[in-house]
Amino acid sequence: MSTTENAPLLQVDNLVVEYPSKRFRAKPFRALTDITISIGRGETLGLVGESGSGKTTLGRAVLGLAPVTGGRILFEGQDISHATRRQRRTLSRDLQVVFQDPYTSLNPALEIGDILAEPLGVQGMEQSKAKTRVKELLDQVGLPSDALHRLPREFSGGQRQRVAIARALALSPKLIVCDEPVSALDLSTQARVLDLFLQIQQDTGVSYLFVSHDLDVVRHISHRVAVMYHGEIVEQGPAELITRDPEHPYTQRLLLASPVPDPDRQEQRRADRHRLLEIQRQQHEQADALA
Amino acid sequence: MTESLESSPLTPVPGTTGQTGTVVRSTVLKRLFKNPLGILAIVILLAISLLAIFADVLAPFEENFANISKTLAAPDAVNILGTDSSGRDVWSRLLFGARLTLLSALLCAAVAIAIGLPAGLIAGYYAGKFEAVSNWVVSILMSLPGLIVLLTIRAAFGPSVWIAMIAFGVLISPSYFRLTRSAVQSVRNELYVDAARVSGLSDPRIITRHIFSVVRAPIIIQTAAIAGVAIAIQSGLEFLGLGDPAKATWGVMLSEGFKNVYLTPTLLFWPAFAMALTIGALVLLGNAIRDALEDGEKIKHRRKPAVKGTTTAPAAAAKRSARKTPAAVDAGTEHHLVKVTNLGVGYPQADGSLKKVVDDVSFHVDRGEILGIVGESGSGKSQTAFSILGLLPDTARIVAGSIQFDGNYTVAPGEELVSQERLSRLRGRRISYIPQEPMSNLDPAFTIGYQLVTPMVRVLGISKAEATKRAMKLLSDVGITYPDRTFKAYPHEVSGGMAQRVLIAGAISCEPDLIIADEPTTALDVTVQADVLDLIRDLQRSLGVGVILVTHNFGVVADLCDRVVVMQNGRLVEEGAVRDILRQPKELYTQTLLASMLEGKTPMSMLVSSQKEPVS
Repeated sequence: MSTTENAPLLQVDNLVVEYPSKRFRAKPFRALTDITISIGRGETLGLVGESGSGKTTLGRAVLGLAPVTGGRILFEGQDISHATRRQRRTLSRDLQVVFQDPYTSLNPALEIGDILAEPLGVQGMEQSKAKTRVKELLDQVGLPSDALHRLPREFSGGQRQRVAIARALALSPKLIVCDEPVSALDLSTQARVLDLFLQIQQDTGVSYLFVSHDLDVVRHISHRVAVMYHGEIVEQGPAELITRDPEHPYTQRLLLASPVPDPDRQEQRRADRHRLLEIQRQQHEQADALA
Repeated sequence: MTESLESSPLTPVPGTTGQTGTVVRSTVLKRLFKNPLGILAIVILLAISLLAIFADVLAPFEENFANISKTLAAPDAVNILGTDSSGRDVWSRLLFGARLTLLSALLCAAVAIAIGLPAGLIAGYYAGKFEAVSNWVVSILMSLPGLIVLLTIRAAFGPSVWIAMIAFGVLISPSYFRLTRSAVQSVRNELYVDAARVSGLSDPRIITRHIFSVVRAPIIIQTAAIAGVAIAIQSGLEFLGLGDPAKATWGVMLSEGFKNVYLTPTLLFWPAFAMALTIGALVLLGNAIRDALEDGEKIKHRRKPAVKGTTTAPAAAAKRSARKTPAAVDAGTEHHLVKVTNLGVGYPQADGSLKKVVDDVSFHVDRGEILGIVGESGSGKSQTAFSILGLLPDTARIVAGSIQFDGNYTVAPGEELVSQERLSRLRGRRISYIPQEPMSNLDPAFTIGYQLVTPMVRVLGISKAEATKRAMKLLSDVGITYPDRTFKAYPHEVSGGMAQRVLIAGAISCEPDLIIADEPTTALDVTVQADVLDLIRDLQRSLGVGVILVTHNFGVVADLCDRVVVMQNGRLVEEGAVRDILRQPKELYTQTLLASMLEGKTPMSMLVSSQKEPVS
């Protein structure tokens, strides 16, 4: 393992994902084109983009839930782009997920205790040990221990998302793919869940691939940011740089589109945005005229 | 709405009732035993099963013991239900018949389940080739004429009840297959199944653990129905004389009774009665289980709410009956476009209590003003907006306060329901609505043009041609580049941002005085949101219309609103000019909400780390 020690935790090279078309002999739908990203240990890569940009698909491809048509996904130097279910089982110790919708990501028929014990059971942990671990997890995500024997529907959205985070943490993974984990939550709940993500990273050194449509959220939680647009990564770099002074026109538009909570600064931002849109429109026309 | 109310994101204010209703878990079995028909069905089936199991002990005679000297006898002490044409005891044969009939029905259902369930699980979960092939097989099976197949099998294999029932089981297995497959398809892509895959669970374990639970209930209901059908079919075959005459079954007895219907009609009655009882009980049981499963979450609402308007209800109710038109509004408030005074909205609960979702809320909106109502889920902001629109669910009650629009009450003090008569004159004409989900508010069956033109023809009384011209203008007013193309398009052919523009065009089409926008940009991408906000601002300025903007986003508030109302758990927390609220919020709750905003925060810093998730 010493050779892989310096390599990034996750390395995605020229990834292509295509979904076969429903119609006979039609061209497949290309969801991702030539994606290259990497995530180091203890690092958060924020993935931002609009709906349909392919950011969720990229997360799902890493998890083995989307078909990899081309390119490679390396986890600790090992190619996992076409991992079998058995390899996935081993991999699940290091690679976990938190989904967007806390209402459908927990099986409504299972008690919280059973949901949390599931990944432990898959790895063959004894029941008594698993029980102790589940209690630890509840404590870690700030849920009361009497949550064990309750059903998901007895909890609010924020609490369910905590359960989902606890399930992801159960096996002390090295990387957690977070697919819009705070988008469905209320503002104050979102803040608490973001705090939890940061706290967990401080405590355990876990890495995140953090997918979100909200540039503010991504800026807050990420070390580096990648911007996706129409299935491609148009820009990536340090979070500070990308979210203050972006180069790509789309990122520029995205940055100025998000409203700020102050009427006068927002008016300024609105004016900046209109100016930017006008400049981009002119550039576009010039480009068209040249072509 | 009640779902979102179950959870209160911040600690509820003491004194607000019913905001943190904990869900009581009640098992299906418990609910089943509360249903009198369910109990009746279970008792009947249990009794018949016990009689069948202990037939050897309970029956006074062998099933085929014939007393030739005592044929077609009337009931007496020895043969309590009499004897048939061969002198066999009807009671004994009924008992042995029950055994055979029930067992054959079970066999039939078991065969059908054994084929249909696994095939349905595999086809639903994996889809692909297996599903395609099994769909073919199912279609073929279903197109076979069942009775003819059964007659052919009888001809080929002889009069065996078991073979006939196995064949029938195969014939009806498609019903299980389809049921299972569609149930599995509905959960196959649920996120918790994905989560199980990520955990490395094997497919068989995912199916048994996460997927089988959704098919269990429908399978039980289906089995009750199928068992009834199996009894009917099997008895029918034997009634036709195709059964095994050496075995006592209800069908054979029915056939025997039919031959002697003029001599001893009771011979026909007893097996028919037994069958009717069994099949009826099975159907009732199936219904009872279905009801027990479906009614689990439902709260039965009473006709008359137990709690009425708390303050002035009796006096006002008396006044209300005396007059038709509501009283004039308080002097000096006529100039407000909308004025909401001490509004309370509640939902009567099954136990007679009242779940208040809006409590003592007062605010006003003037002409040409944009008022923001800000709050988290469960704050009652949408309920407040809907009570102005008069679009509350039927079960909701105005428990206190009043609402006035342009100097007239739409909800007068003491009224319990929003008067639809008064509001339907205003809605669409003077008050219009922009919803949160643009796509679900356009009917996919009609073109966008049709959905814009029809209300204008109805409300404004203009001709169709004129309305079409107007719709084109509106579409270009809301920034749609090719209005004629959008006019002819169906909702699924346009993007979410475009659909929201169309709905805004619809909202301004009848030149309203007030627009109520419920989270108009929440479902949109950030860049599209900015465009739609620009549009709303421009239109509001050019039309001088009053706007109530319901939102959770302080950025949107800063962008549009003149004044802000902050709500939490159905109560009004704070009201003021937008700059005051956003810059110097007085209330702790508003401060907490603003502190949760990410804009301007140091990246990777804790936002509200001292607080823990409140436990409901």
